[in-house]
Amino acid sequence: MCLAVPTKITDLLPDNMARVAIDGVTKDISLALIEGAAVGDYVIVHVGFALSRLDPVEAEKTLALMAEAGLLA
Amino acid sequence: MKYVEEFRDPALAKGLSDAIARAADPDRTYRFMEFCGGHTHAIARFGLEDLLPGNIRMIHGPGCPVCVLPVARVDAAIALATQHDVILCTYGDLMRVPGSGFRSLTKARAAGADIRMVYSVMDALALARAHPDREVVFFAIGFETTTPPTAVAILQAAKEGLTNFSVHCNHVLTPAAMRAILAGGDTEIDGFVGPSHVSAVIGTGPYVEFTRDHAKPVVITGFEPLDVLQAVLQLVRQVNEGRIEVENEYARAVSDAGNLVAQQMMARVFTLRDRFEWRGLGWVDHSALRLTDAFASFDAERRFALELPTPTENKACACGDVLRGVKTPVECALYGDPCTPENPLGACMVSSEGACAADWTYGRFRREAAS
Ligand code: SF4
Repeated sequence: MCLAVPTKITDLLPDNMARVAIDGVTKDISLALIEGAAVGDYVIVHVGFALSRLDPVEAEKTLALMAEAGLLA
Repeated sequence: MKYVEEFRDPALAKGLSDAIARAADPDRTYRFMEFCGGHTHAIARFGLEDLLPGNIRMIHGPGCPVCVLPVARVDAAIALATQHDVILCTYGDLMRVPGSGFRSLTKARAAGADIRMVYSVMDALALARAHPDREVVFFAIGFETTTPPTAVAILQAAKEGLTNFSVHCNHVLTPAAMRAILAGGDTEIDGFVGPSHVSAVIGTGPYVEFTRDHAKPVVITGFEPLDVLQAVLQLVRQVNEGRIEVENEYARAVSDAGNLVAQQMMARVFTLRDRFEWRGLGWVDHSALRLTDAFASFDAERRFALELPTPTENKACACGDVLRGVKTPVECALYGDPCTPENPLGACMVSSEGACAADWTYGRFRREAAS
């Protein structure tokens, strides 16, 4: 129930809904809980609702931090 | 898959694992509780314990919604479906959780009760619209991730004037459970791997208060294997340096303020219960939500009188101890024989986030390979 992975918004639909694609499967989800979502955004979806939008800049920062941790002697 | 593959990179995992080994002080032990079942699942699935030095122990926490639901609430779900002629809707995981006398929603459905598994609470709302002559009850469970969707549905039902839709509310709160674990005092914990998506909703603030009150570091992190390793590394560093802070490794999804839209909707619809019973933790003050009086007509608990016999626990099931981190799943006498995910005798064997199910599905192969 809580094992959500990021999915990509492919279309915005009427009534504050959106279509997302994950692993070639599409699903219609609600955007009622987030603001300003756009096509191309990745969102965390729980039980049919987008809960949060992924921030690509923060994702890169975290990956850089991980790479750095591995390099420190 | 974007935001997934990168956070499963084996070379980075190796680097982090080495960094943890270098940072960990061989003269002490580290006991970290991962609160979320999602982390328990990731640790088991990716064999992360094999990447940690022997003196770092991961303790599974109570963050699995179906696992912490006490027998009395499971019985209430079954009673709703069998004593009143309702359409009972719930998330799939709940179907097989054993209640008193090993009854379950699956068995009640086989015996003729109208029970529907739904993916989303909106499916329950759609059923209410399609069946105006029937009462539709959504049996709501979950932490702060599934609570906002339930709030949206109730607000929508109110807006549409639906009179045949109600919610049996079992939404529970993460910070209260973390406090209860420490108050119980029977598990030694040096730090917490903090929730991923719960934190996306509630933000980092509640943990700041928690660390201040309980002097335990918290690192909020994602559900991918690298996230968990990075969180362990940060916890080890905090412990070594004597720091007690909230660190947010999952900034790509979690902001300090959290999801304000979700928080506002929850605040409109729900209010704190004085106390709520948890499997494993017992009665915990201010640890769960109910509908506010303004939405009383949508509250199934007020709408339907239920006749409930005293709940009976399966005494041999160690779920309570597993949920408090006192026992590991294999220490339960029923583990594997006869309790398996196909034939769950306790709640922790039902959901893939449950500690027993995660261990049975992934962990035992690791141990077999190692022995
Ligand atoms: S193995 Fe089964 S019976 Fe034992 S604690 Fe886990 S769920 Fe309960």
